[in-house]
Amino acid sequence: MKALKFLIVGMFFGIVLVKSEAVSWYRIYEMFKFQSFHMYGIIGSAVAIGVLFFLISKKLQLKSISGQIISPDQKEKNYKANILGGTIFGFGWALAGACPGPMYILVGTGVFSMLIVIAAALLGTFVYGLLKNKLPH
Amino acid sequence: MEFLLQPWPWYVSGPLIALTMIILVLFGKSFGMSSNLKTLCAIGGADKYAEFFKFDWQSQKWNLTVVVGAVLGGFIAVYFLSDGSAIALNEQTITDLKDLGFQNAGATILPPEIYSWDAVLSLKGIAILVIAGFLVGFGTRYAGGCTSGHAITGLSNLQLPSLVAVIGFFIGGLVMTFFILPLIFS
Repeated sequence: MKALKFLIVGMFFGIVLVKSEAVSWYRIYEMFKFQSFHMYGIIGSAVAIGVLFFLISKKLQLKSISGQIISPDQKEKNYKANILGGTIFGFGWALAGACPGPMYILVGTGVFSMLIVIAAALLGTFVYGLLKNKLPH
Repeated sequence: MEFLLQPWPWYVSGPLIALTMIILVLFGKSFGMSSNLKTLCAIGGADKYAEFFKFDWQSQKWNLTVVVGAVLGGFIAVYFLSDGSAIALNEQTITDLKDLGFQNAGATILPPEIYSWDAVLSLKGIAILVIAGFLVGFGTRYAGGCTSGHAITGLSNLQLPSLVAVIGFFIGGLVMTFFILPLIFS
């Protein structure tokens, strides 16, 4: 039962990303060409609602179902890693037209060649793990 | 029912993506898709090779369950919730893509010029997918997150590292789109 709720959240997420067309390579290309508001509208409205949610939950001291007060994840301040890693990811995002969420979802839509991209992404993650201490952070 | 089958506008989709994050936060978890790649590496035995993968991956099983759900969601959306309408791309985008050799842009979710087996089963085709995937996997872990962890969750939390990462996403994406894609295709 515990797993079921996460399965349902995942299904919901998969459906939303397909129906929003955010899983489409073409939409990502169009976004980076600044030729449509669509993707900016999706990300912008999601962030706007997210900001509101965290403000309200702070104000009301909202708790998660496990009873902990909701507090924002503090991201590690590794600005060099954020900008360098971000740029590397950006290259891959615009080439594959998919970030990690859509990669999994697209397999479900029947694009099995995406499994090659996922395998390569696993390799990339593995190589990062090997090189982590040698990279600027 | 009609509106469910048509593509959903941004002002419906964006808030629903926020809702996904909010539900996960209320469940005491967080919204981050790329960390599953790290978990899968650890399950595969990567912890024998690098300290980075030595963590309790059992604690991340919930997120892998989200991934399984997402795959099912993709299936449901395409086979039960679609009317097969083309993606309403900007006319200029379609023209630009035609110049790069992409025909019928928007007729399918993904360009057959990259993802069809015909395209994949060539040296160039497979290299594109492998390099793209590698960059995504390496880059997200180096940056500490992807679109879900940094762009949606991090920005919602007003995290400066996430803003820096998102600026990076765009630097890379713009360079790829404007300068490298024209070299690869066309």
